[in-house]
Amino acid sequence: MERWEDQGIVLSVRGHGENGGVVSLLTENYGRHAGYVRGVRSAKLRGVVETGNLVDAHWQARVSDNLGSFTLEPVKSYGPLFMDDSIKLAALQSACALCDEALPEREGHPGLYHGLIALFDALDLNVWPAAYVMWEIAFLKELGFSLDLHSCAGGGNSSTLAFVSPKTGRAVSREAGEPYKDKLLKLPEFLKPNGGIPEDEAADFLLGLELTGYFLEHWAFTHHTKGVPPARVRFLNRMSTKV
Amino acid sequence: MNYNNQNSQGPLDNLIKMLGNMPGLGNRSARRIALYLLQKRETAMIPLAHALQDAAEKIQNCDRCGNLDLNNPCKICNDIKREGGKICVVAHVSDLWAIERTGAFRGRYFVLGGLLSALDGIGPEDLKIDKLVDQIREHNYEEIILALSATVDGQSTAHYIADRIYGLNVKVTRLAHGVPVGGELDYLDEGTITTALKSRSAA
Repeated sequence: MERWEDQGIVLSVRGHGENGGVVSLLTENYGRHAGYVRGVRSAKLRGVVETGNLVDAHWQARVSDNLGSFTLEPVKSYGPLFMDDSIKLAALQSACALCDEALPEREGHPGLYHGLIALFDALDLNVWPAAYVMWEIAFLKELGFSLDLHSCAGGGNSSTLAFVSPKTGRAVSREAGEPYKDKLLKLPEFLKPNGGIPEDEAADFLLGLELTGYFLEHWAFTHHTKGVPPARVRFLNRMSTKV
Repeated sequence: MNYNNQNSQGPLDNLIKMLGNMPGLGNRSARRIALYLLQKRETAMIPLAHALQDAAEKIQNCDRCGNLDLNNPCKICNDIKREGGKICVVAHVSDLWAIERTGAFRGRYFVLGGLLSALDGIGPEDLKIDKLVDQIREHNYEEIILALSATVDGQSTAHYIADRIYGLNVKVTRLAHGVPVGGELDYLDEGTITTALKSRSAA
């Protein structure tokens, strides 16, 4: 019998049979891992397996290749905390959907796991949109698509970074990027190494979301037939509406 | 007839298979029901067959609210004693029935047909959100009550609808979340207690 215990964040629940469901977790040591949960629609478990909740998971299977089954205990409920706030709830769903769709199964990503918990904790702060964009940059890096936003790719002045190359994901200075500015992505103020406080913070965060959204679509999800998860698209739309 | 083989095509096997597909029933229960029905042909099986046929022919979805009824528009939509200015948006007909059983709401309803769910591939276009928005534009409603589940999917659907009808000059409310009647705090999960604390009211 194969078994392990770990903490995990609920990424998604897919109904299976009448009362059971396949729950996908992002665990600290075992990465994205799915397992069958009996009675997932019961009054006892319904609140536990909400997207974004932190749970104690006991997984067991006859052989390691099997789907196996989870026994789950609640640790912290993040989902209900943000139910009243449409944008924060959309951010939580978006982050979970990205992990669920893009991360390979059963491959440990402890950094991303702790980053996701830190992001959920940061959703209560004023700077949460910046934290979200930075989490997506870390997410891209974890998948092997690192952005270099610290120095100018064109050999220009690294203290005047203003653009990002859509081909390389590297920052470009204002002077070096000026002739190609229509083809380059804009670098938001809060992501610049010496960035100040932007005039319009919400618009700057939106710029950040569009920046990471571009690389998610063209790099991380380019081979996914379904494309970027609808939850991420809805989050961007909701943010644009509010701005 | 084969009482074990699912692929058999006899009428009894077919009946067991059909019954076994019903919610809450497995093969074992389906076999028991089939045997019971065959033993009580006159008193149970034939009346049940008539009832099924009758329901299939006569019950229809209301074009206005999506409720199931003999008439179209349904009894609730045709009831002139109801408050026409309030509309309660629910995910499924079963939710409508649940609210109707309480007798606490005397307005009208709108059944969405589900909730937004990225995982199940249910997007806004799969629900009757456009129809709801059209109805709100056409009628002069005072209040839209979003009576959707207190789940992440339920609340993201509620937020989506609220965004869509923003600016239509109508009051949008949602059901309270918190401690259920008869619930003891000690047994509640922390998410429920947190939400209850957030939406506390003056005693």
